[in-house]
Amino acid sequence: MRTVFAPPASLTKDPFHYCPGCTHGIIHRLVAEAIDSLDIRERTIGVASVGCSVLAYQYFNTDMQQAAHGRAPAVATGIKRALPGSVVFTYQGDGDLASIGIAEVIHAAARGENITVVFVNNACYGMTGGQLAPTTLIGQTTTTSPGGRRVENTGYPIRMAEMLATLDGSAYIARVSVHDPAHVRQAKKSIQHAFEVQLAGRGFSMVEVLSTCPTNWGQKPVEALTWLKEKMLPQYPLGLFKVWERSEVNAS
Amino acid sequence: MGSVVVHLRFDEQRCKGCSICVSVCPKGVLALGEHINSAGYNPVVEAKQGCNGCGMCAWMCPDLVISIYKEMGA
Amino acid sequence: MKVLMKGNEALAEAAIRAGCRLFFGYPITPQNEIPEYLARRMPEVGGTFLQAESEVAAINMVYGAAGTGQRVMTSSSGPGISLKQEGISFLAGAELPCVIVNMMRGGPGLGSIQASQSDYFQATKGGGHGDYRIIVLAPGSVQELADMTVWAFELAEKYTTPVMILGDGTMGQMMEPVDLDTIPIKTGHSEFPWATTGCKDRPKRIINSLYLDATMLERHNQKLQRKYRLISEELPRAEAYHTDDAELVLVAFGTAARIARGAVDQGRANGLRLGLVRPITLWPFPGEFLLAATTGARKLLVVEMNTGQMVEDVRLVVEGRIPVHFHGRCGGMLPTVKDILAQIEEMGV
Ligand SMILES: Cc1ncc(C[n+]2csc(CCOP(=O)(O)OP(=O)(O)O)c2C)c(N)n1
Ligand code: SF4
Ligand code: SF4
Ligand code: SF4
Repeated sequence: MRTVFAPPASLTKDPFHYCPGCTHGIIHRLVAEAIDSLDIRERTIGVASVGCSVLAYQYFNTDMQQAAHGRAPAVATGIKRALPGSVVFTYQGDGDLASIGIAEVIHAAARGENITVVFVNNACYGMTGGQLAPTTLIGQTTTTSPGGRRVENTGYPIRMAEMLATLDGSAYIARVSVHDPAHVRQAKKSIQHAFEVQLAGRGFSMVEVLSTCPTNWGQKPVEALTWLKEKMLPQYPLGLFKVWERSEVNAS
Repeated sequence: MGSVVVHLRFDEQRCKGCSICVSVCPKGVLALGEHINSAGYNPVVEAKQGCNGCGMCAWMCPDLVISIYKEMGA
Repeated sequence: MKVLMKGNEALAEAAIRAGCRLFFGYPITPQNEIPEYLARRMPEVGGTFLQAESEVAAINMVYGAAGTGQRVMTSSSGPGISLKQEGISFLAGAELPCVIVNMMRGGPGLGSIQASQSDYFQATKGGGHGDYRIIVLAPGSVQELADMTVWAFELAEKYTTPVMILGDGTMGQMMEPVDLDTIPIKTGHSEFPWATTGCKDRPKRIINSLYLDATMLERHNQKLQRKYRLISEELPRAEAYHTDDAELVLVAFGTAARIARGAVDQGRANGLRLGLVRPITLWPFPGEFLLAATTGARKLLVVEMNTGQMVEDVRLVVEGRIPVHFHGRCGGMLPTVKDILAQIEEMGV
């Protein structure tokens, strides 16, 4: 019998605690599949952040550290500087990365820190009950923007991928989505590519993954996928913002 | 060449009945069952024949419920 | 061989000798000689010096590096140490060894860049959130600053805890002869059964301070408290000076203790029976040592470069058995021998 699809070895057997239909689960799997296919599980150290994905340290079947809110890129820097031969990734939500931890991620990128950041943008703070995040869309209702996000009060959503791509230290920056099978395939390629960039020692890589929060968006899981596609994609265009090609290494 | 038989396997206790797999299956093979699993959800079931092994359900399942195997038939 | 060195530089060189190959920090006076020295020295020994974007980032880099089981250090002062508190709480919770240097300056707020001892409470009573303690060491000379740095790394690994060296601006800037050759050179790292180094040929490891289950968190806290009790039994250290026949014993640490010692010498020259107890570990506080050294004393005088912090621990220890007086200067002002003796005269020995 040939296996068409089975869970990756880089995930433990623990069932996820995420809400039904929350796409954190898909993104976990894609990260684990990338680690499997590059055969780097035994030298990978992951950094879990503070947010719904805090228990990622239980789910990834690699050595893991749990970081304070927003500080995962600094923790990853400490690990990578101590063990330059290791593969280090962070897994962070949008409150964690784009709000409280924005300095850490910007400076990790500016230093060209040779780590991979998986950035899960679900346009809200999931864990604390769906509050406004820096990535919340204009007009989007959250528990701390009950009448919808107003520019006069909280300004505009931040496009992290575009912003970090302006820094010379970033080697690979992409934005992908997981709202349908074709995009999940694309996201998988992108995440694997980000790890390849790290393995080649090229510097900072980040994949921003647009993700759903059915619970706090107040939608059924399938509706949430549609909402992501219709509402988030116009604000957060998918694509490559900083490209690194293998040929660059061959050429040098 | 013989025909191909596709086997779907469900890790039923992990299923949260979110219906995402049901919504993406091009063959309308999947549905949520009537029974309740240990986590308290109506888990996915193979309601109809006709699975082509495309894998889309497994790709979209957030909870790693679905595994797919192919077997060469006689 | 003895050489003349600044306290901050002696500390930095001692860290290198102790096998520390990772330093993360952010500039702040009066500790800048530490990062500046290590920026030069670390590359020479194949180590990492990294100026972080903030003290917050620096302490979290320390967390990541400490989690790999390697010796790592950061240093700062005043506002910078305040910013590190969340990280220190995480380090204590996750039980990671590291060395944190605080060359104290005057506060609160931006305060001043002059020497002070105003962070005694912050250092010894927790500082960050949660029920935790870190070992706090108070050096009294440049030589001790160097020796203590090595000791700090050893204690951090022995008890898997952050250790703070609580110096002050004067101590860091002061030049004194110091012999670093007595410090054995350590190379390589020890192996630890908890270090995250990649899970080759072993089960995965997790560095973590989260326990969502209340019973588990209580158990974790009880485990920490058992460790703190053990440290409190094994570690307290202090130095006694002329306490045998002393009627009045001064109690002071760090730079204040140097001044208090001068007061003891001058007082004795004037016929006063003065003595000094100098706590070397501030947490755990050397309470039993203090009691034993002051059995014959009729009064205690605590001298600090703050408005009265360690004096509270002294009062807790003597439990009203003998009167405890206080002499303090703050804001970067130093106590003087003259003022201390004047107060003693007023108190009457
Ligand atoms: C210093 C600090 N401030 C606040 C919190 C509370 N907190 C926990 S999770 C979270 C938001 C996480 O949101 P996000 O990063 O978007 O991740 P998600 O839960 O949406 O996956 C906050 C504010 C904390 N743990 N630490
Ligand atoms: S709250 Fe939102 S982000 Fe968190 S697990 Fe639930 S659906 Fe996912
Ligand atoms: S493999 Fe394809 S056809 Fe078969 S159940 Fe899944 S989605 Fe439907
Ligand atoms: S199998 Fe997966 S996608 Fe389908 S209902 Fe269950 S959890 Fe949802």
